[in-house]
Amino acid sequence: MTTAQEHFHAVHPSAQGTGPVRQVSALVRRNLTHIKRQPEMLTDVTIQPVMFVLLFAFVFGGSISVPGVDYKEWLLPGIMAQTMTFSAFIVAIGLNTDLGKGIVDRFRALPIGRSSVVVARSVSSLIHSMIGIVVMSVTGLFVGWGINDGVLRGLAGYGLLLLFGFAMIWVGILCGSALRSVEAVQGVMFTTVFPITFLSNAFARTEPMPDWLRFLAEWNPISALVQSLRELWGNDGGMPAPVDAALPLQHPVLTTIIWSVALSAVLAPLAVRSFVNRTRD
Amino acid sequence: MTTTGAAIEAVDLVKTFGDFTAVDGVSFTVPEGSVFSMLGPNGAGKTTTVRMMTTLSRPTSGTARVAGLDVVRDADAVRRRMGLTAQSATVDELLTGRENLRLVGDLYGLDRATVRRVADELLERFSLTEAATKVVKDYSGGMRRRLDLAASLVATPPVLFLDEPTTGLDPRSRVELWGVLRDLVRDGTTLFLTTQYLDEADQLADRIVVVDHGRVIADGTPLELKDRSGKASLVVAVSRPDAVERAAEIVRAEVGEIHLDRDARRITAPAEGVGALTRIAARLDDAGIELDDIGLQRPSLDDVFLHLTGHRAESDSPAEPADPSAEEALR
Repeated sequence: MTTAQEHFHAVHPSAQGTGPVRQVSALVRRNLTHIKRQPEMLTDVTIQPVMFVLLFAFVFGGSISVPGVDYKEWLLPGIMAQTMTFSAFIVAIGLNTDLGKGIVDRFRALPIGRSSVVVARSVSSLIHSMIGIVVMSVTGLFVGWGINDGVLRGLAGYGLLLLFGFAMIWVGILCGSALRSVEAVQGVMFTTVFPITFLSNAFARTEPMPDWLRFLAEWNPISALVQSLRELWGNDGGMPAPVDAALPLQHPVLTTIIWSVALSAVLAPLAVRSFVNRTRD
Repeated sequence: MTTTGAAIEAVDLVKTFGDFTAVDGVSFTVPEGSVFSMLGPNGAGKTTTVRMMTTLSRPTSGTARVAGLDVVRDADAVRRRMGLTAQSATVDELLTGRENLRLVGDLYGLDRATVRRVADELLERFSLTEAATKVVKDYSGGMRRRLDLAASLVATPPVLFLDEPTTGLDPRSRVELWGVLRDLVRDGTTLFLTTQYLDEADQLADRIVVVDHGRVIADGTPLELKDRSGKASLVVAVSRPDAVERAAEIVRAEVGEIHLDRDARRITAPAEGVGALTRIAARLDDAGIELDDIGLQRPSLDDVFLHLTGHRAESDSPAEPADPSAEEALR
């Protein structure tokens, strides 16, 4: 062993590499510090969904009728599901921003696991989205939403939201690594993810839709999540999905779990490969 | 692990991007504790070489070792033993100076007390203590550069790579940074630095390789390289324009061939030793010709570079992408 290395070990006996938990937590802290320094980063999970609540509850709400339940109460699970879907945005933009900067070279020149950066990004993005869910819950309480069927079913709803958010993170890692710029990420995701959240039961009932549209909307994974939340939280006026609704809406919780697991299983390897390709060389 | 004392070693390194060969068979050896400089214009393959040496880019062929460890096979071990100050700033703009250094320390896995101590020591050493709690976004270019270098030193790596460390710095910050680098070398760190600035290589390096179009075109100590481009020359600067021709005659009579620049009132001739210099000075004095200056001029590394490559160091080679990493990003 050379003397410089001996010197190195003498100075830093502990610099033998570090556990993934320490790496990820250091990087999560860094990502959260970004939010602290630029609180406007949170507008996507605070002001934006609150605006949606207000717009739909008071502007469109009057002309959207949902029998048996107050529209505002019915709407809230939809907006929460939408907010969680947008986790994909948050991951993609955060990851892409880092990739476009020299900082990724700094990380790659350090003795850390390559996945640490991605895992940390996922964790901090989930925290980011959860802040949004808390804001939405509080906003909901103000406009008349509430959890009507007990704490356990309430928590189950939040758990389901998180699980779905986990699947969305892989979408985000895939888009964030595959696309070349933050503008491209915003452009592509805004024109795809955004309409997909509307092509569901989040804001309006699916029954009045034309058959083909209703089919798409009811098979949309977001619809299953929204339906689950409404049933778990008792925001459906005690009326489950109509008997003629598509199969996923008859078993929304199970469907949401299947969708989340399936999306993760399919997208995770693609996302990891895309990230590794992007950071190779 | 080798005991050869070579801190850095490259053998026939090649890196191609599609049809473009960025690095074309580069070899060098850097003894422990020395300063090695890779000198060349933009697009010569310097950054690509550094990226291969620092595990960021996989060589297309050839091998490279840092601290005796293969950069491909033992990449993680190499990362633990080297620091990198890349060309583009690699500090986090939204963190403070202190947070940046602590983040790097945490990622190295140093224990928490060490992380705190090292971060504060480095801030002190790089005159950043006052700016420690400021967000890096508000730092000047020189401060950023210093923080970047500090971040590379968190784990006291025995080998340090610097890719154009002073590009974009004002002259004062440059000289300051050179001082810091000399201190590091005194403490036993091996430095590998790339530069476009000949004076920088001249100031710091024990050995220089000159690269152009991905190939090594010369290597040696700064003195050897200067000698290679020819002998020193005698330069006479005449004060009055009307005396230039007469002065030229006198110098020509003494040494034969001269080069006369009438506008600059300068006469350049091959130097024939100090004897010729004093004789010519005396003749010109006898003839009553006033001089601004007379002396022997060693070739600068600039001359060396021109001599070796046929083009000035500052000029870009338009046939190649100016930034090899941009080329990589496209892939």
